[in-house]
Amino acid sequence: MAALSAVAAVNVACVEGVGVWASRLPGWDAAREILRGERGAPEARAPRPAPELLAPTERRRAPDTVAVALEVASRACESAARDPKHLPSVFASTHGDLAITHAICDTLARSPALTSPTKFHNSVLNAAAGYWTIGTGCLEPYTAVSGHEHTFGKGLFEAVVQVASERAAVLFVAYDIECAGPVVTMAPSQGLLGMALVLAPENSSHTKARVRWELRGSTAPQPTAARAANAALVAGNAMAPCLPLLEALADGKARSICVIVAPQLVIDIHVEP
Amino acid sequence: MSLALHVTAYTATSAAGEGRDALLAALRERRSGLRANDFTAAPLATWIGRVDGLEQEPLPERFAAWDCRNNRLAWRALNVDGFFDAALAARDRHGAARVALVVGTSTSSIAATEEGYARLQPDGQYPPDLRRPIVHTTHSLGSFVQKALGLTGISVTVATACSSSAKVFAQAERLIRLGLADAAVVGGVDTLCGSVLFGFNALELVSPEPCRPFDPERRGISLGEAGGFALLEKEGRGPWLLGYGESSDAHHMSSPHPRGLGARRAIAAALTRGRVGAHAIGYINLHGTASRKNDEIEAQVVADLFPAHTRASSTKGWTGHALGAAGILEAAITLLALESGTLPGTLNSRAIDPACGAQLRLENEERAIDFALSNSFGFGGSNCVLLFGSRWPH
Repeated sequence: MAALSAVAAVNVACVEGVGVWASRLPGWDAAREILRGERGAPEARAPRPAPELLAPTERRRAPDTVAVALEVASRACESAARDPKHLPSVFASTHGDLAITHAICDTLARSPALTSPTKFHNSVLNAAAGYWTIGTGCLEPYTAVSGHEHTFGKGLFEAVVQVASERAAVLFVAYDIECAGPVVTMAPSQGLLGMALVLAPENSSHTKARVRWELRGSTAPQPTAARAANAALVAGNAMAPCLPLLEALADGKARSICVIVAPQLVIDIHVEP
Repeated sequence: MSLALHVTAYTATSAAGEGRDALLAALRERRSGLRANDFTAAPLATWIGRVDGLEQEPLPERFAAWDCRNNRLAWRALNVDGFFDAALAARDRHGAARVALVVGTSTSSIAATEEGYARLQPDGQYPPDLRRPIVHTTHSLGSFVQKALGLTGISVTVATACSSSAKVFAQAERLIRLGLADAAVVGGVDTLCGSVLFGFNALELVSPEPCRPFDPERRGISLGEAGGFALLEKEGRGPWLLGYGESSDAHHMSSPHPRGLGARRAIAAALTRGRVGAHAIGYINLHGTASRKNDEIEAQVVADLFPAHTRASSTKGWTGHALGAAGILEAAITLLALESGTLPGTLNSRAIDPACGAQLRLENEERAIDFALSNSFGFGGSNCVLLFGSRWPH
């Protein structure tokens, strides 16, 4: 199939910051060693992160999506030494906040007039992005995208496209959460998983890796699989397809991976330390 | 700076009519599509913009897995104004992998999930006819439209609440500018559902009467449903997408910035990208939801930034607020204004809020214009402004 890539000069992004959070991958420093296989994952599941950007009362009430997304976004910006205020952002989630969807659908089926106004405004797919820009005072644009089983690839693709087209740094945040109730029978996702990258168009003193990317049509896409031991740590989470890229970044070696972007489209990512 | 793109085809279907001719006729005849709420089983005293007949119109058998109210409206909207054929022709011209698909929605097919809960089986499962994962996720819309058009390139669903299907134009322009696509089908679809009707009711934002944008006695929004699409290409015929501006309010989840900071930035960015001055803007299709706050702040922003000869109006009195489809619906109205010279006024409103400048009009006006803006400001403080032109500005 014909090559679909942009001209080579633009399809590069520099990874300045990484954030990750899952209950057995609590933070990038630990996750990097665990994903490299240098140490085992903690047996005990870490408690949900507390989004420090929010006021203490809001912190407790924050939906899981907001808690995990704000945590990884904050950590990625810290490691990039970038003020979040100046970063446009791309948020990606397969199902948004399933727990809220469950609560609203349950209320609607019983007594619709009792629908919670807070749950309603937190139910939008862009809730985490909204709280992020509010918490950081960021007036730069964000977007929130979704793509069913290819959500990670579509979100990552939009982020690197913005880096290339606007020649500016972009924050990319991807997350999915766990939920109970009938909703999960058709929208399954387990555990909390969030990851974030700060991506910049040029090398800087904070560059941790460079990624060259190429879009490629494929009638039988074969995405890179995560190592089995790592896959087990986030098994069942809808954002698990982010794992091979995190592994490649953790390895700190030149490596190429393939991520699905659409049913017949992949992005080849060449990670260079 | 953005690449100027031709809008080589566009269409919209809403309570104000199916397709461009019906929409333009409703605008000219000042015929509102709003009706007293007859959608929810539980009573809710409000007015809605409902599209008739979707209940009796399942998708063709080959798309049965995607069948739900939202995708039915997507299908209806694709099949008017020759849009479907125009999209297929673009696919043949550029190749199926070279036509990007970027669509916006707020709640997508969540009505199917709501129905699953309303009809839960004794074992706690959805009824068998609703056990289709693709209608219980946001990308239901993008997945369906990509399948329907036989496209194989990038396809993505944007969900930034009320700015969703305006932001799709920006996202598509970036893809084409970088050479990652030669053309893009953009659009958006949102349908009425319990979540939004009772959710906006819980926020005390729905009006008990047909919405009256910018009226000093406005009482809130009328919710509506709509679907629409546009085809963007580097070459061809049709009005231009000249620019866009995106920003965040950084203020509140469901209330706009008190000085309209994000709105101002988005407008300025659209004008800068398109290299068109505020003085050249003939018409602005405002977000104008008829909520107390939105209209007060948007009125002030427009009064501050534009000359008196610019015309501005909200068309939500015709269609209701179509949420994630408002961007594409009002882009279509803005393009119709550019092409026909009919500048819509504001329906249902009896007086003009003193916060408004001379730009805000209740009456329609026939006047040829060259450049126009469409404003979309959403929940979560996400703003997007689109700049269209009937001619090349430079």
